[in-house]
Amino acid sequence: MTIWRRVACAVLLLVIGVSLAANWLAPAGYAKEYRDAPDVAPSHAHWLGTDDIGRDRFARVLYGTRISLLLAPAAALLSTLMAALIGGLAGYLGGAWSKSAMAVTDLFLSLPWLFLLITVRALMPLNVSPLVSVLVTFLILGLLGWTSAARVLCSTAGSVRDSDFVRQARASGIRGMRLFWIHVLPNLKPVLYAQFWISIPAFILSEANLGILGLGVAEPMPSWGSLLRELEGMVSVGDEPWKFVPLVLLILVVTSFQVVLSKQEEVAA
Amino acid sequence: MLGRRIARHGLMIIAVVLLGGLLSAVLVRFAPGFDVDEAQLDPHLNSQSIESLRHARLAENNILHFYLHSLQRAMHGDLGTSLSLGQPVTTLLRQRLPLTLRMVGIALLLSWSSALSLALTAAWLRFFAYDAAATLITGTLLCLPAAVLALLSVLWNVPGALAIALIVAPRDYRYARNLLAKAYSLPHIITARAKGLGELRILFWHVLPVAGPQLLAIAGVSVSLAIGAAIPVEALCGLAGVGQLAWQAALARDLPLLMNITILVTLVTLLANSSADVIGQMLRGQEA
Amino acid sequence: MTVKKCGKTIAALILCLGFIAGNALAQGQLRFCLRSEPKTFDPLKVEDDASVAVRYLTGGVLLRMNRQTQVLEPELAQSWKVSKDGRQITFKLRSGISFSDGTPFSADDVAYTVQQLMDPSLHSPTGDSFRSGPGNVETKVISPTQISITFPAPVAGLDRQFDQVAIESAHSPKKEMAVLGPFMVADYKPGASLLLNRNPNYWKTDAQGRKLPYLDSIRLDIQPNRDVEMLRFKRNEIDLINTLDSDYFDKLATTSPQVVHDAGPSLDSEQMWFNEVAKSPLPGYKKAWFRSAVFRRAISQAINRDDLARVVFRGHAQPAIGPISPANKFWFNAKLKPEVYSSDTALKALQNQGFRMENGTLKDKDGNVVEFSIITNAGNKYRERMATMIQEDLQKIGIHVNVVTLDFPSLIARMTQTFDYEAILLGLTNVGLDPNEQMNVWLSSSENHQWNPQEKTPETTWEAEIDRLMRIQASSADAKKRKEAFDRVQEIAVEEQPFIYLVNRNALSAISPRVQGASPVILVPQTYWNIERLSVK
Repeated sequence: MTIWRRVACAVLLLVIGVSLAANWLAPAGYAKEYRDAPDVAPSHAHWLGTDDIGRDRFARVLYGTRISLLLAPAAALLSTLMAALIGGLAGYLGGAWSKSAMAVTDLFLSLPWLFLLITVRALMPLNVSPLVSVLVTFLILGLLGWTSAARVLCSTAGSVRDSDFVRQARASGIRGMRLFWIHVLPNLKPVLYAQFWISIPAFILSEANLGILGLGVAEPMPSWGSLLRELEGMVSVGDEPWKFVPLVLLILVVTSFQVVLSKQEEVAA
Repeated sequence: MLGRRIARHGLMIIAVVLLGGLLSAVLVRFAPGFDVDEAQLDPHLNSQSIESLRHARLAENNILHFYLHSLQRAMHGDLGTSLSLGQPVTTLLRQRLPLTLRMVGIALLLSWSSALSLALTAAWLRFFAYDAAATLITGTLLCLPAAVLALLSVLWNVPGALAIALIVAPRDYRYARNLLAKAYSLPHIITARAKGLGELRILFWHVLPVAGPQLLAIAGVSVSLAIGAAIPVEALCGLAGVGQLAWQAALARDLPLLMNITILVTLVTLLANSSADVIGQMLRGQEA
Repeated sequence: MTVKKCGKTIAALILCLGFIAGNALAQGQLRFCLRSEPKTFDPLKVEDDASVAVRYLTGGVLLRMNRQTQVLEPELAQSWKVSKDGRQITFKLRSGISFSDGTPFSADDVAYTVQQLMDPSLHSPTGDSFRSGPGNVETKVISPTQISITFPAPVAGLDRQFDQVAIESAHSPKKEMAVLGPFMVADYKPGASLLLNRNPNYWKTDAQGRKLPYLDSIRLDIQPNRDVEMLRFKRNEIDLINTLDSDYFDKLATTSPQVVHDAGPSLDSEQMWFNEVAKSPLPGYKKAWFRSAVFRRAISQAINRDDLARVVFRGHAQPAIGPISPANKFWFNAKLKPEVYSSDTALKALQNQGFRMENGTLKDKDGNVVEFSIITNAGNKYRERMATMIQEDLQKIGIHVNVVTLDFPSLIARMTQTFDYEAILLGLTNVGLDPNEQMNVWLSSSENHQWNPQEKTPETTWEAEIDRLMRIQASSADAKKRKEAFDRVQEIAVEEQPFIYLVNRNALSAISPRVQGASPVILVPQTYWNIERLSVK
C-alpha cells in the first residue's frame, strides 16, 4: 500500500473514530442551545463557534459526520448496484432489452421526481423519528440516483460484450448470467467506482435540499448537508471562515475515498 | 441502414416523450398541494372567491382527459396557459428557451472540453501528482452545493454557464478518466506503444475509438445533468430561463407549464442520448 | 463685450443654471428588487406582493393613507364624505387631470373602476374588502368631478379602503396600462426586470411648483434570493432593500451604519396554532389536548419569546402580546400584558389537568406521551429557527416536538384540505391598520379561521362571542364603539390562545446614501411610500 493510500485510510479512520467519540468530545450534545452566544466566533468554549441559534458547531459537525458518513456511502452503494444491474445487464443483453432499458432510463432522467418525493412525504406520518426520516431519504436517493451511470454502463457493457475475450469465453461454453458476472461485470468497475465516488457528496448535498420537502434529517439532528447550507449566506461567510470546516471535512473524506478506491481502479484497469 | 436506425430511434423518442408528459402530469396532479393556491390564505378574500380559486383547477382533475386535450391543442401550436403566470405557455417558453439553450450549450462545451482534456492527460501521463490534484479539484467542486456555486458566480460576476459547467465537469471528468485509463491499459495499446507508435496516433486511432461510445454516453448523460443544474443557477442568479420557470412552476404546481417543460426536457435528453447511441454504434461498427 | 451683452450672457447662464438645478432632481433611476414575478398589471386583480408594489408605484388612488403620519389624505379626490351609516361615500374629484396616455380623468372613470371592482366574477382581495353584504353597489355620477358610491351594507373603514383602489380609465384604448400614478410601465422582461418611467401627465407638483415625481425611472429587478439581493446592494447595483433580514441588518450596520434603518415593531406577527378541527385525522387524545385552552396557554407560557426575539431576530423583534401589534397605536389594546415565560407555571397548569412527568417525558392522564409536530414553510430560516427553539423550550417540560418543514403548497393542503397537521407556525402580514382586515380570520364560519375553519355554528362560546363582536365592529361607523368591540376580541384571543402569538418583527430596511428624501416607516411599502418625492444623487 502506498504512503498516500495509508494516509487516506488513516484520515477516514480518524474521521470515523472522532465521530463515534462525539459523546465524549462534545458531551453537551448537538441540540443544546447557548442562547447567550448565537453565531459567535470560535473560542475556548466553542471550538468552531456556534450556529444561528447558539448550538455548538463542533458538536454538530461530529454528530453530523455519523449520519452522513454512514448513510451517504450506503446510498451510493445502492445506486451503484442498481446502475450495474440495470445498465450493465441491458448492455450485455443488447437489442430490444437495451433499447427499452435505456428508454426507461432516459424517462427517469427527465421526470420531475420532486413530486414523487412530495407524495412520499405526504404518505409518511408527521411524527416519524429522525432516524426513519433520514433512512427513507437516503433510500430514495439511492433508488433514484442510478440513472446517469446506467447509461454509461450500458454503453460500456455493450462494448465489452463484443470484445474478443468475451467471444472466446462464449465459444468455450460460458453463457448467460455466468458470462455476465465473471467476464462482463468486472470490466464495468471503472465506471462503477466513478459512480460510487461521485454519488457520496451528491447524496450528502441532496439530503440537505430534501429538507424543503420535509424529508432529510429533521431538527435538531445535524448532517453535513444541513451544515453546508450555512455557506449559502455567502455574503458574510467570507468573514467567518470557520463555517467552511464542514466543507473542508467533506472534501477531505471524499478525496480520501478516491485515493483508497484508486487502487481498485488500477486493478480494474 | 443508418436511415432505418434513425427512424426507429425517432419513433421511440416520440413514444417516450408522450409517456413522459403523461407521467409528469400524473406526478404533479397527485402530489399534495396540487389544487390549493397560496392566494386563498389572503384574509381579504371571501368564501366565494376562495371557492372560485379552488375551481380554477377543476379542469385538471381528470388527468387523462386533461392530457389528451392538451395534446390535441398542442397539434395546433397551443400549449395551454400557465396557471401561476397567467400567460400562454408557448409565449413563456419562446421568451425563456433561448437563454437556457445558450447557457446550457456553452456550459456543456466548457464541461466536455475541460473534462476530456483533463481526463486524457491523466490517463496518458499516469502521473500520481497530476491525478491527485485533479481529484482534489473535482472533489472540491463535487462537494460544493449548486446554490453556493451559483452564488459564487454572482459574487465574482461570472456567467451562469460557468457555474453549470463547474457542476457538470467533475462528473464527466471522473467517468472519462476511469474509462480512458482502462482503454490505455488494453493489451493492443501496450503493443502499439511497444511497436513505437506515436502517442497522438495511439490516442486517435486506438484509444478514442475504443472508449468513444462510452465517452459519448457520458456526453449524452451530461446534457440532462446540465439542464438539472440550470434550475438552481437560473433561480439564484435571477436569469429568466426555463430553469427558473420550472422552479416557479414546481412551487405553484402549475400543471400546464410543468408538463410542457418535462416534455421539452425529455425530448432534449432523448435526442442527446439517442444521438450518442447512434454515433456510438457507428463507432463500434467501424471498430469491428 | 459690452455691458449689455455681458448682462444678457449672465442672465442666460443664470437661466441655464436654474433650469439645470430645477431638473437635477428630476434625473436619476431608482433601482431595487421585487422578490417574485408580478402576476398582473391590472390593479383590480392584484393579489401578490410584487403586483401590489407595481400598483403602488403606478396607480392613482382617490385617497392615500400617509404611511408616515397614518392619516388619510386626499389624492385624486380633493375631498370626501362618508355617510353616518357607513354605506355611502361621496367624492369631489380634482379637475384637469389626465391618464398617462392623455385620456382625461373624470368621475366616469371612478364609476367604471368601482363597477369592475365589484363584479362578482372578479374575486380579488381588493374587491372583497368592500363586500360587506349581499346586493349591488350603486355608483352615481353627479358631475364630471363628483361621484357617490353606495354599498348594500356598511363597510368598516370605508374611506381607508380606497387607498388600495387604483383608478382605471373607462375610455383609454390602453386599458389598465393607462395610469394616474407617478410612474408607468415602460418595459417588462419576464423573469428579469421591470422598468417604470415617470408619468409625463402626473398631476402632482411639490410646494415649489416643480412637477413630480423627481425620479426619471425605477428599475425593478426580479430577485427572489435575499443573499443575492444583499450582495447587489453592497455592490451598489440596487439602491434599497425594502424588507431587510435581521442577520444582514447587523452585518451592514457594522460597516455602513448610515444605510440601515430600524423603524421599530411592524404590524406583522409570527404565530403558531394547534389543529382544533373536529374532523381532522388526529387521534382523539391529541384533539382533546389541542382543544383545551389550558393546554394551549401552558404551551404559550413555556415558550421563551424574549429568546425568540433576541436570538432569531437578533433583537430586531419584540415578544408579541396579541393579534394586534403595539405599533398599531389606535387599535392595540394597551391593557393587555405580555405572556410571562415560565416553564414551571406551564408544567403546574398541565399537571392540574392530569398530565404527569415520567422520566423526563410528559404524559397525559391516559398515559399517552405528549408529542406533536410543528410544521412550517421550508425556506423561511426564521421560522425554522423559531420552531427549533420552541422544540428546545417544550423539551424542558417533557414535551417532545418534531419540527417538519414543508413546501408551501403541501403545507396549505394540510392546513385547508386534509387538516392532517398538529401545529403550524406561520406569520400574518397586516397591510393596513384596520382590524376589519382580519374579519375572515376571526369569524368562525370563515375559510381563514385557521385553527378550525368553516364552522357551521361556533363550536365554543368564546368563538360565538368573537363572531358577535366582529360583526359589531364591522357594522359600526363609530370608532369608539368599534374599538371597544375589538379590544374585547383581543382579550378573548389572549385568554383562549387559539393563536399563540410569538413575536412582532421590526420593520428593517437598507437605503443607499445615494437616495434622497427616504424616511422608512412600518407600513408597506416601508421605504418608497413617498416615491414621488424620492430622488437619487
